[in-house]
Amino acid sequence: MKEPLIDAHAHFLWEGCGRADWKDVNAARIRAGERMGISCHVSSILGTFGFTSPTYFPSPEDLTAGNDAMLALCRKYGSLVRMLVAVNPNHTTHARKEIQRCVEKGAVGIKLAASRRCDDPLLDPICKLAASLGLPILHHIWQHRRREWPNQEISDGADLAVLAERHPKVTFILAHIGGGGDYQHSYAAIRDVPNIVADTSGSGVDRSMLDEAVAAIGNQRLLWGSDITMETGLAKLRALEHTGLSNAEDLKDIRWRNAARVFGLKVAEPKKPRAESRKPRAGR
Amino acid sequence: MIDVNALIGTYPFRYVPHPSPDVLVRVLERENLDSAWVGHLPSAFYRDPTPGNTVLYTALALHADKLRPVPTIRPDWPHWERSLEAAVAAGAPAVRAYPAQWQLGPDDQRMKALALACGEQKLALMLTVRFEDLRQRHPLDVAGDLQPSAVRAVARAGADVRIIVTAAGKEFIEEVHWGLTPAEQQRVFWDFSWVWGPPEDHLAKLFRTIGSSRFVYGTQWPLRLAQNSAANIDLLPKELARARLADPTKIFGG
Repeated sequence: MKEPLIDAHAHFLWEGCGRADWKDVNAARIRAGERMGISCHVSSILGTFGFTSPTYFPSPEDLTAGNDAMLALCRKYGSLVRMLVAVNPNHTTHARKEIQRCVEKGAVGIKLAASRRCDDPLLDPICKLAASLGLPILHHIWQHRRREWPNQEISDGADLAVLAERHPKVTFILAHIGGGGDYQHSYAAIRDVPNIVADTSGSGVDRSMLDEAVAAIGNQRLLWGSDITMETGLAKLRALEHTGLSNAEDLKDIRWRNAARVFGLKVAEPKKPRAESRKPRAGR
Repeated sequence: MIDVNALIGTYPFRYVPHPSPDVLVRVLERENLDSAWVGHLPSAFYRDPTPGNTVLYTALALHADKLRPVPTIRPDWPHWERSLEAAVAAGAPAVRAYPAQWQLGPDDQRMKALALACGEQKLALMLTVRFEDLRQRHPLDVAGDLQPSAVRAVARAGADVRIIVTAAGKEFIEEVHWGLTPAEQQRVFWDFSWVWGPPEDHLAKLFRTIGSSRFVYGTQWPLRLAQNSAANIDLLPKELARARLADPTKIFGG
């Protein structure tokens, strides 16, 4: 049995995204995942990814349709694909209903993008529901928000720390340390907030990114992930073996144990090879 | 396999661990790479890169069998031709230039002159689109990315020009490639250190459209993980697994 590998930050597309190649993109994720040994893609669909409402400000209707598509993928792939339910905190009633609906059908967490800055009180009803249901929240993050950026109401690690301190029973996943911005700022912002973990995904593969993450928050608070660039995920997976900070057990934490704990996934750990049994001595 | 896009030396805007030739040699061995073409990272930010070239030649001398120097030449600096002569004497396979950092416009005649002079000496001209993602740059790092128009202009300078563009993404590559004549396209090579793999499969799409023979292997070590380019190759669809890259030592023919 292979060592499990959980991708804590994945996305799939669906026909509502308006892309003719959406099936190819999904197939490519499965293909690459097989090659890499991914045993579970923890995934979300952000509405229509901009086709009929903005990716980071998705309408309730688009979110419901996208979540339905995600549920269908979970049914198709079984334990290979698990789901985070995506919601928009500006639509509180819909968000809470949508979370309840999708959790009943198997969602293992909540995905929040950039529809509302994350220290806003409007996120509290969602976080309270997450606490009551024992769900983690994966929050899209810009590493060090120095100004507003178009098409999103972006949050950074410091913003997430404010929210996490208000909701200490919820585990928050700071999204994609390689997803753009200054990850060193994020490490400093979340270092002392134990209910924030971080995922390694994103297109950035700066050489010091992983070493500094392990040094700042430790291997118990780091989840491996890919987001929309799986080659950078594979590169980070390989690089983790050379950080000089991780032993084999630490690597298992980052590969899958932390994700299994955070998302409540049951993962069978491969059995260690048994030591060769000694032959009984004569006369005993 | 040759890593054409390796560097040594520190980066002014963030800490980069162990950017030394000794470590680079060990990384090449670990990654099963035969050798590297190596630039001097701080020289990109010097007003006069000449002293940086001296540092580069000296630093690589102990590893001459594995590491070949790629000096930086600034064509708006007086007597830059002497630096080119020194590059030839040092056995450099290529020369680096950073028009964005030097604020040379896309159609600057001096960049064309450098490209032509390099071509006469059978040296490739290496251009860098970026060192870091735009979103994480230091407030003082205001150069911006190299523009596709700058590459097109240099590619059109003459038949002997050979350019290796590093750290470009799919859209950049496509804009340049399809904005050149077939003859001009043959003068431009790309490393794929910043090209996305699956699920978007940008590298696979580029291999299918413009051809794997337009690409050379580069990592942008020590800024980026050396594992990334190999990972990208390893995740190509099966039918592209054996796609052949260009040999950077043969881009002038032969």
